[in-house]
Amino acid sequence: MIKTSSNSTINAKDVKVDVHYLTRVEGHGNIIVDVKDGRLAKCEFQVIESPRFFESMLIGRSIWEAQHLTSRICGICACGHSLASIKAGEDALGIKPSDEVVMLRKLLLHSEMLDSHILHIYVLVAPDLLGVKSIMPLIKTDKPIVEMALRMKRMSDYAGEVLAGRHIHPISYVIGGLTQLPSKEGLEKLYKLMLESRKDTDETLKIFKKLKFPEFQRPTQYMSLTSDEEYALYDGDLVVNGKNKTKVKYYKQLFTETVVEYSRAKIATINNKPYAVGALSRFNNNSDKLHKKAKAAAAELGLKAPCHNPYLNTVAQLVEWVHCLEESITIMEKILKNGLDEKKVLTASWPKRSEIGKVTYKPNTGIGCVEVPRGSLFHEYTIDTSGHITASNCVIPTNQNMGNLEEDMRQLVPQVLGKKTQEEITLDMEMLARSYDPCISCSTHLLDVKFV
Amino acid sequence: MKKHSKPKVAFFDFTDCEGCQLQFANMGSALLELTELVDIVNFREIMSEAGEDYEVAFIEGSITTDNDVKRIKRIREKAKAIISLGACATIGGVNGIKNRSPLELAKQRVYGDKADTVNTIKTMPVHEVVKVDYFINGCPVYIPEVISVVKCVLMGKPYIVPNYAVCVECKMNENVCRYEKDQECLGPVTRAGCNSWCINYGNKCYGCRGLVDNPASAGQKDILLKYGITLDDILQRFTLYNDSMGEKYDKDLKQ
Repeated sequence: MIKTSSNSTINAKDVKVDVHYLTRVEGHGNIIVDVKDGRLAKCEFQVIESPRFFESMLIGRSIWEAQHLTSRICGICACGHSLASIKAGEDALGIKPSDEVVMLRKLLLHSEMLDSHILHIYVLVAPDLLGVKSIMPLIKTDKPIVEMALRMKRMSDYAGEVLAGRHIHPISYVIGGLTQLPSKEGLEKLYKLMLESRKDTDETLKIFKKLKFPEFQRPTQYMSLTSDEEYALYDGDLVVNGKNKTKVKYYKQLFTETVVEYSRAKIATINNKPYAVGALSRFNNNSDKLHKKAKAAAAELGLKAPCHNPYLNTVAQLVEWVHCLEESITIMEKILKNGLDEKKVLTASWPKRSEIGKVTYKPNTGIGCVEVPRGSLFHEYTIDTSGHITASNCVIPTNQNMGNLEEDMRQLVPQVLGKKTQEEITLDMEMLARSYDPCISCSTHLLDVKFV
Repeated sequence: MKKHSKPKVAFFDFTDCEGCQLQFANMGSALLELTELVDIVNFREIMSEAGEDYEVAFIEGSITTDNDVKRIKRIREKAKAIISLGACATIGGVNGIKNRSPLELAKQRVYGDKADTVNTIKTMPVHEVVKVDYFINGCPVYIPEVISVVKCVLMGKPYIVPNYAVCVECKMNENVCRYEKDQECLGPVTRAGCNSWCINYGNKCYGCRGLVDNPASAGQKDILLKYGITLDDILQRFTLYNDSMGEKYDKDLKQ
């Protein structure tokens, strides 16, 4: 819902953008830009999602319940939250999963990237580039493209179904392993769908090559995981613009969360400056580790590291789509050829019923970090001797991006003032916020909430 | 022959993870078929058009702020049929856990010295505030059941949510009982309709669809106690999703 409050003349000195309930994002957020006499008075991305208190909910609950509960933080990144939670739980409990389990987790994480990225690329962002309000009018005008987008979405969602029972709130991925092996028929069908997706991928690259993204440059600090072995998603060390390599367990030394007066929101900073996480950060730090087809896709789309245009995060997502699809196909071929060893994969979701209450745990704190579609996600739990959680912390990508988005907005508004109409500026701001793919349900558990 | 106009459908989300709405996006080609039967006029998560003229409203999420209360009442005034979508809307869901400790404590734990700026009230399922015509339980909702309910809505027929335990479906799926495997499970007291989804994939039932009307909870309690689980643990099992009804279960269990 967009309210405009001044004339839309090109030379307006007063511009007021007030986007109440930004659409085509996950969760509820407002954009407020206020320009008085040509001077930027206010520029905020306000989170108005109702608070949900996940960190409070976790306290007093069993560590064995953490994955099930924290998956419910977000319907889009449920697999990412599950994996960060499982890693934190295993870290606290001193459990090491087998290589086969790690491989299956990487496959699930790839499927989450595929699922979330394609939703963002086609359903949330493409309408802006095509000048429509949503994918709905495209059903009438460009049905084959919509069908293709839904087919790609369906493939990645089906991957979640085969691997974990369902993509939204996965069932079988738990601390230590899986509660059930993926079925052979399911894996075979999924492999076929993945191969078929290559054609849709090529078609999508052709479409996006032709679309024009807004021009805007602002170099910033790009943080992500990094690894010598692969394009880091499931594991690695933290890195900022290729430097400051930091072990995940010291994440609190790398960035800090500060209260910023103008927005009354906690904003994460590195060296007192905002930073970005997500596909573009990963691409900037690790593009040399991408699959060769993804590198070719980046070249075709004209994306080069380091890229300083935040609007191109969507393009980086498309490059990652190619990477994750190809890596998934490689893992699938390995699984279909060698099979899965039940003994190395299967586990129960909880300790045996006869052991509950009898096992004593070593009080400990565990940290888990994975790259989820929107960036680095951290879960941290402290457990007591009964295995119950006494303290918890979740650091969400959208929270980390919030300060960087606002800094982009503050630089972008003066650049377009006087050149664009209020409606155009509003759309620029909306598109900028959307390019970060904000996930507001996730972010609200620790943001201060300002009601407007 | 004159074509009937398509019913106008809107989606609204309250306090939740938006996963149940996403289940619609995951319907794939069935979603395209659905758009041939209804006009989706308002679905903020995936579209910018915001139609205020609708007959059917899907409500996702639980009611947790004063603003939520006002908003759901306005929607009720406009909609001919309201459908509660998912655990948060139908039974309060995991949001209800906060009802268990004093609200001030939850606010302080998460928001520290800024706790006063946070508006929150007791978590409520939608039907505690306005009349609800259809219930689609589950966390997340189960697509085959969603399709059944949508058919009922389009035909103007009621949908009866199963009032038997998940065990019934689980037995038909020939799963080995979790209790036989030295595990525990809320299937015996949880409302069916999900086709024992979680147990089919090797996990156990967490009670996301809410309890059946007569859950024989005292019997369940005896079983759990027999295997050395504390009363607090049992309460947590019962209340992961159902805490907005926590007082009732507390009473049943502590008898």
